[in-house]
Amino acid sequence: MKQIKVLGSGCRNCEITAKVIEQAAKEAGIEIELIKVTDMAEILGHGVMSTPGVVVDGELVHAGGIPGPEQVRAWVRTGS
Amino acid sequence: MFEALGDLVAFSLLGLDPASPAGSAVQFFVMDVAKIFVLLVAVIYVMGLLRALLSPERVREFVRGRPDWQARGLAVALGAVTPFCSCSSVPLFIGFVEAGIPLGVTFSFLIASPMINEVAAVILVGILGWKLAALYVLAGVTVAWLGGLAMQAFHPERWVEGYVWQIRMGNAAIAAPEKTLAARHRYAVGEVREIVGRIWKWVLIGVGVGALFHGFVPAAWVTEHLAGDDWTTVPAAVLLGIPLYSNATGIIPVAEAMLGKGVAIGTTLALMMSVAALSLPEMLILRKVIRWPALALFAGVLAVAFTLVGWGFNLMA
Repeated sequence: MKQIKVLGSGCRNCEITAKVIEQAAKEAGIEIELIKVTDMAEILGHGVMSTPGVVVDGELVHAGGIPGPEQVRAWVRTGS
Repeated sequence: MFEALGDLVAFSLLGLDPASPAGSAVQFFVMDVAKIFVLLVAVIYVMGLLRALLSPERVREFVRGRPDWQARGLAVALGAVTPFCSCSSVPLFIGFVEAGIPLGVTFSFLIASPMINEVAAVILVGILGWKLAALYVLAGVTVAWLGGLAMQAFHPERWVEGYVWQIRMGNAAIAAPEKTLAARHRYAVGEVREIVGRIWKWVLIGVGVGALFHGFVPAAWVTEHLAGDDWTTVPAAVLLGIPLYSNATGIIPVAEAMLGKGVAIGTTLALMMSVAALSLPEMLILRKVIRWPALALFAGVLAVAFTLVGWGFNLMA
């Protein structure tokens, strides 16, 4: 199963980002494991200073804002 | 154009008397809301097209390892042109510390960032004219520079939470942004949505407060109490600004109304800076990385700096 992490300290934009990804996965009919990461050490460990950031299967794909709908659809679909 | 729109709505559609408090308040509200939102959308869109917005990750790479004065200059300049959400200030702080950037320089960045940004600067020019915009930016840069230096003199390292020093930062490797015009347009539209979506309520509240001030506060009262003769008005404005928080853009219409009624320029600038840069929510967020003494010091240094700026401008005026 594809694993998507949303990196963020729990601000509004991070919540929205998580919701957008959940929605996209549901629409595509793909099951994903969505994890909200709030631990600073892990967020910075991914090299992210501007939250929210998004990590798909261990790879950082986005940082610094709410991602666009096309981007999100691409993450959900590509790969495994 | 915007004035005509304000006139149309307040006096023609609603039939309010231009001389009445309600009439002038509504006219001000409509005019400023329209003007600020048009400017906001235009500026953010153009910035988005140019991709001039630097990410904090890149700022960190820029600033690390430079001599102190260079690092501080860059931190202030980049803080001024990089908008970042205050919820990012903790990872940003840790990222800077981890890169070995001096704390004083980090504080300079944290002061400059909420206070000055290119969007607020353009709206300042549009609403208050380029002279006041230049004064505001100049005063903000000076405060950020000296405020960071002052913080450094107190050796704030001792108040940084222990875990901050343990964190090791990974390398960010995000693909470079697409270069085609269509992609830039999409990005710019996204930026407009994101930023306007975040700050529209500050703008509405700011314009609302400005409109009430413009319509209902008598000019005679302002002349008597806030014209700048009384030295206590500046520190009072700074103190008033601490519990109040607004985005830098939202406070501009309040300043417009204040200046229009004859509030002294230094007092107005002090309030603007205090509202934009000194906020309790941000302090509480920073509490995750630094302890209370450093936070109190941070607030104190800024309050003193804004007061000095206010007095300085009132003296010059």
